[in-house]
Amino acid sequence: MNNRMRSASLALAAPLASLLLAFLLSALVLVLVGSNPLVAFGDMLEYGSRLEIVIDMLNRATPLYLSGIAAAIGFRMNLFNIGVEGQYQLAMFVAAVVGGALALPGFLHLLLILVVAMIVGGLWSGLAGLLKVTRGVNEVIGTIMLNFIAIGGIIAALIGRFRDGEISTNSGTKLIAESGWMPNLNGFVEAFTRDIKGRQLSGMLVVAVLVGIAYHLTINRSRFGFDLRASGLNPMAARSGGVPPKRMVVVAMVLSGAAAGLVGMVDLVSRYHRYDNNFSPGLGFAGIAVALLGRHHPVGVAFAALLFAFMDSSSSILQVTGSASPEIVIIMQGVILLTAVITYEYVNQIRQREETKMAALATAGGAA
Amino acid sequence: MVLAIELIDITKRFPGVLANDRVNLRVELGEIHAIVGENGAGKSTLMKILYGMQPPDEGKMLVNGTEVDFKSPTEAIEAGIGMVHQHVMLADNLTVLENVILGSEPTKSFGRIDFESAAQHLREVSHAYGLDIEPNDLVETLEVGERQRVEIIKVLFRGAKILILDEPTAVLVPQEVEQLHHNLRELKAQGSTILVINHKLPEVLDIADTITVLRQGRTVGEVKASDVTAGDLAELMVGSELPSPETTESTVTDDVALSLRGVTVLNEEDRPVVDDVDLVIHRGEIVGIAGVEGNGQGELIGAIMGTEHVETGTLELMGQDITKWSVRQRREAGVGLVPQDRHEEGLLLTAPLWENAALGHQTQRPYAKGWWIDRAASRAHTQTIRKRFGVKTPNVDVAAHALSGGNQQKLIIGREMTADPKILVLAHPTRGIDVGAQASVWQKIRDARADGLATMLISADLEELIGLSDTILVMLRGKLVAKLDPANVTPRQLGSYMTGAAIETDGNGSADGGAE
Amino acid sequence: MLAALHRLPTWLRFALYASVGVLVLAIAESFESGGVGRLTADTASRAMLKWCIPILLAGLGGLFSERASIVNIGLEGMMILGTWFGAWAALEFSPWMGLVFGVLGGALGGLIHAVATVSFGVDHVISGVAINIMAPGVTTFLSSEVFGNRTQSPDVPGLGEVDVPVLAGGTFFGAETPDILGSIADQGVFFVSDLASFARGLVSGIAIFSLIALALVPLSGWFLWKTRAGLQLRSAGEYPLAGESLGVNVIRRMYLGVVVSGALAGLGGAFIAMELTGFYQNGQTGGRGFIGLAALIFGNWRPLGILAAAFLFGYPFGVSLRDLDGQSTHALLLVVSFCLAVVSLWAATARRLVDAVMALVFAVVMFAWYVQTDVAPDWLPNAMPYVIVLLVLVFAAQRLRAPAFDGQIYRRGAT
Repeated sequence: MNNRMRSASLALAAPLASLLLAFLLSALVLVLVGSNPLVAFGDMLEYGSRLEIVIDMLNRATPLYLSGIAAAIGFRMNLFNIGVEGQYQLAMFVAAVVGGALALPGFLHLLLILVVAMIVGGLWSGLAGLLKVTRGVNEVIGTIMLNFIAIGGIIAALIGRFRDGEISTNSGTKLIAESGWMPNLNGFVEAFTRDIKGRQLSGMLVVAVLVGIAYHLTINRSRFGFDLRASGLNPMAARSGGVPPKRMVVVAMVLSGAAAGLVGMVDLVSRYHRYDNNFSPGLGFAGIAVALLGRHHPVGVAFAALLFAFMDSSSSILQVTGSASPEIVIIMQGVILLTAVITYEYVNQIRQREETKMAALATAGGAA
Repeated sequence: MVLAIELIDITKRFPGVLANDRVNLRVELGEIHAIVGENGAGKSTLMKILYGMQPPDEGKMLVNGTEVDFKSPTEAIEAGIGMVHQHVMLADNLTVLENVILGSEPTKSFGRIDFESAAQHLREVSHAYGLDIEPNDLVETLEVGERQRVEIIKVLFRGAKILILDEPTAVLVPQEVEQLHHNLRELKAQGSTILVINHKLPEVLDIADTITVLRQGRTVGEVKASDVTAGDLAELMVGSELPSPETTESTVTDDVALSLRGVTVLNEEDRPVVDDVDLVIHRGEIVGIAGVEGNGQGELIGAIMGTEHVETGTLELMGQDITKWSVRQRREAGVGLVPQDRHEEGLLLTAPLWENAALGHQTQRPYAKGWWIDRAASRAHTQTIRKRFGVKTPNVDVAAHALSGGNQQKLIIGREMTADPKILVLAHPTRGIDVGAQASVWQKIRDARADGLATMLISADLEELIGLSDTILVMLRGKLVAKLDPANVTPRQLGSYMTGAAIETDGNGSADGGAE
Repeated sequence: MLAALHRLPTWLRFALYASVGVLVLAIAESFESGGVGRLTADTASRAMLKWCIPILLAGLGGLFSERASIVNIGLEGMMILGTWFGAWAALEFSPWMGLVFGVLGGALGGLIHAVATVSFGVDHVISGVAINIMAPGVTTFLSSEVFGNRTQSPDVPGLGEVDVPVLAGGTFFGAETPDILGSIADQGVFFVSDLASFARGLVSGIAIFSLIALALVPLSGWFLWKTRAGLQLRSAGEYPLAGESLGVNVIRRMYLGVVVSGALAGLGGAFIAMELTGFYQNGQTGGRGFIGLAALIFGNWRPLGILAAAFLFGYPFGVSLRDLDGQSTHALLLVVSFCLAVVSLWAATARRLVDAVMALVFAVVMFAWYVQTDVAPDWLPNAMPYVIVLLVLVFAAQRLRAPAFDGQIYRRGAT
């Protein structure tokens, strides 16, 4: 029991240490450029704890979490899906086109949009998996290339055809009918707090939580998840153990892409209701960061997503108060990530050594 | 007389293991000195200490009469010691010359390598010792024996007068061993001192002048090769309690568990690596497969497990045709495997023991319940394996990498044997584990046989093969070329079948009398 | 015939390949209705040269890192650091200092990558991604603090351009020299003039910065294959244990490779800011670090191969700059279709039927596209390099040879 406590505290110590280091480093940077870090962080905390900004944070954390889960699915199988970026943008675009073209009654319309997004994300990601198992194309390079092809090629080629003609200045796709909009959760939050002004908490939050639960059950509890993790840890052993290695690669990539497909949905079904230039880019790479920081654990990734989202949404106050450049939070995020992966690796090595020692002692004791 | 090497009371501890316990070694100038001992006797550790790769915890080292304290291989090299490692340390995509000069490159201005003078020096060295090699060949194009020659040249190129060879014959076929011994004698004639680690006693007696025997980290004797027999050495190596893998009376039944008919597996160049193999294993029978490594044994296992594509032929398990079945279907039908490399193929090193126990059986009870993994039942079952097979571990939640090789192997054998297999494929079940674990593994194999398990045993340990098997089949270049009765075959005879020498003299190569 | 080709010196062989390429381009464009020779124009080759430099430098950066076994996905981030530091120092001090600081900025990124991967054993891709996330944050922050604008800097001076004397009419010690290639190009002889015009673009109006970058191609080859440090670095990428057992400081060589890798990527970033756009801008690297990685693979981890790949990826950009109506880019569709047909034929003779059929299908699709349209859409030049990379990988991934230890984590003394 004592050992379990010890390993738990080790597991927590790593992210906390990196967080602290990131704060110290960014404080140092702020001091160097002549800002007062205490004032800046104080501003962020004060601003970030307002209800409206908390809503912003949750709306930001939702796609980050989904993107993190998408990356985590790959990581659990030792696959690097660097292509979440392209997958979610392509999925968002196709879902916007389909959702704008069709009108189904009520809930079905919304469901269709989400399902289309998941299918498109899954297929695009699965293509990288297919290239890996059939042609030996490394998935890192494959997904990066597919990112550029999706964004610079497919979307760029098709956007002209599906542009909404009614408004000439608008460069987006047709507006989706209201049946395809996600209900917001304001009523639920307001029941506990006060009226929310000018913000809507996206219902995608519920979807993200469901995805998190599904991820946990599938990866950590199911037979399929066992196969997937085994393939990630040792493909040869998994193969001798009856796991078809090629099929697992493709399936894992498809699942990862399906989760990625949902990343853009907060923007699509809760905010803009069309694909245009307003959507948030860069969520794919941020998702990788969140997955790494949260150690691919469903709850850990959630904390990481909330942390990054808090920084993103509360930093805009710095512009207003002028206490520092808001970009300091991007540096902080980068430092947190880098120090986290280093400390995780370090702690991991310590733990391996301790386990070996423990087992050796048990052996010696047994022999005596 | 000044000794080339003198080690006095060298002690080295690893977590939980005393690898070297006050070891003494005296190597005379210009002799070939062999160090023998079982796996885990501490030979390799001792050599790593001598070569500066690991510091000793206690003890003194003298080279040519002066005390030394090597902090890195570089210092050992400077003192004239060179090491030829067990696994050749060569980069495939570099040339012979590049591999040889690495770390001691002759240079011109601007750090440019003087390739001409390096090649010249290499040619001189290789001619002087009769080790012919073309400096500009890529290493990947070389045969195993040639690679080893490059390793030796590497050492000589640096002017080493004391050579350490760590199990140099492990990967060589007999002709290559002869060639190597010829080269070593040549080196000795030119004044080099040679230290050879080996546990193949006939080879040791053939090459060495003096032999030091290690057992469980201690020096147990130093003898002149001319004064001893292989039997004497074996007794020194394992002490009095020599464990033997003998089986008792036959338990072979008439029920066929597994049969292969005309099974052929092709490699990437479409050449047969398993060539028209017929094989029958009955319940209660252990069929041993003997063969020099790389003669198709791995692919034969793959054909049985379903990881290799069977080009022609059929496999039947308990009368059912399983030729087209997937690995998983075969696993569920009761095909078990103890793979030849447990780290590469058998374990998830960073996963807990209970997940490792489930591996290969994750679709079946008690590990699975419907679509889900039954974690509680898996843990409980792993506890059972731990007790029944004597896996020494603090609990079943530690990661597999933390266990010693022997305990890892016991876990693997436990998970396969408790999964109620119809046929169990054992590849080198006792490779690289300590003597105690070895005896316990043998006992489990015998017990399973008595309970009616059909087993295919592949091993490079010929004593093990002869001791445990009911029938021995010899595999050579993908074919089963001889069927022998273990009751009247010696390791020496078996060896000559394995290299093909006996078959040429013996026509059909059958010393029949076994199961059929 | 192929054997005879391989006996030629490498540079001559590559020049020959290039000539064949120009011939194909000239033929392809002659089918266009208003064929104006844009594909073989000196403007196209000049622009290609300019646009290929960042890719080339990123690719060479990848070469140093991966030859020492460290995969460097972080090239993009190191390049981004190069853009800002290059622009800042060029503004603050001089263009030459811009070059130096671009190198230093990138090298800093490389150092971080080396610490994470070599010293702490962090997975290479993970560390690279972290650097890619951090770098734009650092530059945006610095930009808003120093330039007072988070997205853009004031105009940045470059190093200037030169014409090569005699060949392209440059001045030689103040004296005018003839423009030999230019006059041949003006004759309008099929292929010969095309070749001259194309070659002229490579030697006229050439940025001094580009010359430095191009000089790094043979220099990298020399360093990696002819020097002591280079051999040790390559051995670390193939089998680090070999070096360690012989007393080579493998860790130091890995550091060297990764830091030089960052420095080269940073140089590429400085080139973008100083020569391509003339100012620092947020996100102006546009994924060139990733294309550099693709060029590295395409070039089979060799300097000349990387140069060829960089030319190939830079070319569609170069053409499109002067090809506002998309007519010449349209002709490129025919070229790609033709190349795929050749691949199909080659695969068929090697009895790789799946490859042959796949390549043929792609070739037919491209050809159909070519026939059905008159001009190429504006997005095509942007997407084309990536499609080419993917196609090359699909048909050749299994024949390329990465360093044997590439991407693996090395721990000292772990036998």
